[in-house]
Amino acid sequence: MSTVKIPPVLRQAVGGDRTVEVPGATMGEVLDALCAQFPAVGSQILTGDGQLHKYVNVYVNDEDARLLQWTDTPVGDADTVMILPAMAGGAR
Amino acid sequence: MSPSYQDLLSAAREVIPEVEPSEVAPRVEAGDGPLIIDVRETGEWDQGHLPGAVHIPRGFLESRIGGVASDLDRELLISCASGQRSLLAAVTLRDMGFTNVANLAGGFARWKQNNYPVEVPRILTPAQRSRYSRHILIPEVGEEGQLKLLDSKALLIGAGGLGSPAAYYLAAAGVGTIGLVDDDVVDESNLQRQIIHTTDRVGVNKGESAKEAIRALNPEVQVNVHPFRVNRDNVLDLLQEYDVVVDGADNFPTRYLLADAALMTRTPLVHASILRFEGHASVFQPYDGPCYRCLFPEPPPPDLAPSCGEAGVLGVLCGVMGNIQATEAIKVLLGIGDTLSGRLLIYDALGMTFTELNVRRDPDCPSCGPNADLRLRDYEAWCAGVGTHDHAGATA
Repeated sequence: MSTVKIPPVLRQAVGGDRTVEVPGATMGEVLDALCAQFPAVGSQILTGDGQLHKYVNVYVNDEDARLLQWTDTPVGDADTVMILPAMAGGAR
Repeated sequence: MSPSYQDLLSAAREVIPEVEPSEVAPRVEAGDGPLIIDVRETGEWDQGHLPGAVHIPRGFLESRIGGVASDLDRELLISCASGQRSLLAAVTLRDMGFTNVANLAGGFARWKQNNYPVEVPRILTPAQRSRYSRHILIPEVGEEGQLKLLDSKALLIGAGGLGSPAAYYLAAAGVGTIGLVDDDVVDESNLQRQIIHTTDRVGVNKGESAKEAIRALNPEVQVNVHPFRVNRDNVLDLLQEYDVVVDGADNFPTRYLLADAALMTRTPLVHASILRFEGHASVFQPYDGPCYRCLFPEPPPPDLAPSCGEAGVLGVLCGVMGNIQATEAIKVLLGIGDTLSGRLLIYDALGMTFTELNVRRDPDCPSCGPNADLRLRDYEAWCAGVGTHDHAGATA
């Protein structure tokens, strides 16, 4: 089971938790499992054909998965997958 | 019998070689001279010193030399007014283990008599020395760094949640010119976090309100109020006036506009964003590190990126993140330490955790990559278009 860190905007979709434990041997499998468990997450981060939206950054531990093997990046039990959309807030 | 002052000097001459100004001046001019430590008092130093010399008053020599020379074999030349205090100082350094210490014969007086070049430092006024004394004590800042801050210009986009604490601390730190871009007025609902504003200034432009607070805190800071929104037509002129830009905007079009304009004007950009209990911070050094679009190539659609006005924000979080921005801005201005360039810092106030992610330059970055077509665009339309287009393709 890998730990997925859930950003504030998706927490409602997973029942309010900041982290969720899900199975999977790759980053893609982990996110698929997450979206299967919490369909509301999938509707926010996946395109119609099941690809990750370009505006969704995913980190495996402290590295950008785009620079690893993207959805094929292997993940183990000790690894953390972080979903990271940009935030805009600052002034108001 | 205890040794007299003359005895001490004689004994010192036995172990410390003396160097005439004529021997060292050509090396100083060529830039390959020894490290010169001037041990006179501050008032003497202020009147002029050898070029490139480092000032450590005699009374602080033992405690501060380590911050200036860590290598015990480094060649040191000690100077004072006439070469006597420096001779005894050289003995102390020798006792501390420095192996290559010489004394400037005749001191600064003989140097000056021979018409070798002299540097007269720009100096702080007594009032500034008192106000900034805690900065001056820090070796990485010192009087030189404080003068640099006083000459610096920081532009803050937004005088709101992030801009309030950032502007307050940058002003306290003595950043000489602070520009505040905000077209909004102070609202009662701002006061839970925008601590530079006050209840009696509700309804006042935020830049003007912040200017009043800064005047009360540090009247010597020049505050430029820019009571409008930053846009394609004004952003380049605005950024060109400043040494660093602190992004505390509240929307994606402004953030992407700033990111591109910062590249075009080569202005370091100190980024932070906040929502509820979470904050992001980074530093984007144009073409030297990643840019905002290397990190976030496209903005998310509005429902994945609510504003603090829609989703809320813990007031204190603004203080933490705004002050991280102020810290990074000061480091950028002084050129000290390791900034957040190449790193995204994520602060989770609920878990009280700080997480760091690596951010790398994207070779295909549409803004800073080698094949980028960098130009200012209609960011409102672009952000809306990207969001709706992508999102329309998503399953429900």
